[in-house]
Formats: sequence, structure tokens, C-alpha cells
Amino acid sequence: MSACEARSLLVQSPGLPRSAEGDPVFPEPWAAEAFAMTVHLHEKGLFSWGEWAEALSAEVHRPGRAEDGSDYFDCWVEALTGLLVRKDIADAEAILGLQKSWQRAAEATPHGRPVELANDPLSRRF
Amino acid sequence: MHEHDPHDHDHDHHHDNRYSDMQARVRALETVLTEKGLIEPAAIDAIVETYETKVGPRNGARVVAKAWSDPEFADWLRQDATAAIASLGFTGRQGEHMRAVFNTPEMHNLVVCTLCSCYPWAVLGLPPVWYKAPAYRSRAVIDPRGVLTEFGVRLPQGTKIRVWDSTAELRYLVVPMRPEGTEGMDESRLADLVTRDSMIGTGLALSPEQAR
Repeated sequence: MSACEARSLLVQSPGLPRSAEGDPVFPEPWAAEAFAMTVHLHEKGLFSWGEWAEALSAEVHRPGRAEDGSDYFDCWVEALTGLLVRKDIADAEAILGLQKSWQRAAEATPHGRPVELANDPLSRRF
Repeated sequence: MHEHDPHDHDHDHHHDNRYSDMQARVRALETVLTEKGLIEPAAIDAIVETYETKVGPRNGARVVAKAWSDPEFADWLRQDATAAIASLGFTGRQGEHMRAVFNTPEMHNLVVCTLCSCYPWAVLGLPPVWYKAPAYRSRAVIDPRGVLTEFGVRLPQGTKIRVWDSTAELRYLVVPMRPEGTEGMDESRLADLVTRDSMIGTGLALSPEQAR
């Protein structure tokens, strides 16, 4: 996919933080990864960009969200999670279980080593 | 906040790696989607890479430009980078300490390690994909000059290279040398010369001609 295509999709993401040049601003790498996954899944035809924009917009406008938009990518990740669950691509409980497993794995990984899911001391997946 | 002596930190890092809820959720989604064959990690990296040099706060460039133009700030940055950087309003989310290492004709500085989470996002923005690759870290330690050559950086033979391994408690910002022909430039024009790579040490600051 070209940068132009990704950019045109971004333009259609309501409220995306941008630099003066119009490029998206990702506060941390996970935000860029979440963005990239969304673009990739859309390209695979799992959902239309309209569907995505609607899911994102619902999260962004949920009561209790930060007024300054600082939790924009939290909303993004929640929207993506919700969309995958609604489409029966992923199970909400399984996602939460994996999330906790990654957190345990990260804690158990020594400095300088890549964090791998297998490092979770409680992992029964492998 | 307690003082932190950069020469004194031990290398026993049991709790270096912490994933925030969102960071862990993204990994969880990646795991599920990869297992189902719906995403390929390489494709995701490729998309991220499209943006890595274009996005993120370029706060570090402003820090460097100020250090070039304001000797008092440069001194402060050398003595207490955490406070000097915070004075510009940039602080890390986890409150990590920063240390600024200044390049000189005699010494070039190179920073390694974000395999875990040791990267000063608040200052440098998004880390490049290569920076997270195990190969970069190990090779930078063994053969820093070779790694620099691959990045197109050729240093004079007499210039020594010092490699800094960042930790969860202490992150490094390389202050590149101010390019020639930049006398009289203001901080905002100077900041345009400060690339992300130059603040990691895998690049040099751009000349005014290169930045054009």
C-alpha cells in the first residue's frame, strides 16, 4: 500500500491528531501499530472505512473521554476491538486474557530482550 | 525526584518492561489476528515504517536547536538533562530520566536498545522499526563503525564512538554537532536540521543545503 492511500484513509478518520504538515501524530508506537492493523484489515475487506469511521466516532464521543483528545488512540484501539468482536473475528474475553498475558510477559522479560508472549510465566498457550 | 547518577546505575533490570493496558491490548489484537492469518507482521511494519520519520513529536529537535543557540541552556542540558528538557514542557510518560550526550570532533555518541520499552518517546517521537531489531542492538555494540557506515555516516578515523545502552530509568538524547554555515539561523530553522537519526547517533545533523 502506498503512503498516499494510507493518508487518504486517515483523512477520513474523524478527529485524528495531525502535525502542521497534515501527517498523523502517533504519541507512542502502539498507536501507529493499531493504525497500521486497521488499515491492513480494511484492505483485506474485513470492514469498510465507513464502518470503521462510525465505530471510531462512537468511541470518541463516549461520555468521559478526554476533552483535549489525548486519549484519541485509546478510543481507536477500543473501536477496533469492538469491531472485531462484533464481526466474530475475535472473542472479547480471549482478547482480555491475551492482554494480561502480554503484560505478565513484559514484566518477566529482562532488559534488552524482545518481549515474547511465551515469556508469560502463567502462559499455557505454548 | 531523587538525583540519578548515570555512572552509578546497576544493570539489574527486573522491571524494565511494562506494558500499558493499551500497549498490551494492541499486542493481544496482533496475536489473535496473526493466528487467524488476517495480518502479517511484516505488512504492519511496512505501514508503520511509512510514517516513522514523519510523525511523532519532534521535541528533541527543539531541545538540540536551543542547546546550539543558548550556551547556558547547553550547560544545563549537560548537567541535568531531565530538568532542562522538562523546562521546555517535554516529559516522559513514565517520568524517566534523560541524559544528553554531546557529539564532539573527538567523540561520537550512539544509543541502542528499544527491544523492551527503553525509548524516549516524549523527545524523539516514534522509534524506527530497525531500532527495535535485535540485529541493530547487538551489532551496534560489537561494530558501531560498521553500523554507522551502513547508515551512510563516515566519521574521521580519529573520532571515537561511544555506545550508550538505554535503560528503563535512563534514556539518552544525542546532541549532534552544529553544522557549518548555520551562523545566524534561529532556533526554528536550526530544529529543521536535527533529524531523528541524528538524535540517536545513526545520523548527523543536516547541512542547510541538505535540509533545503
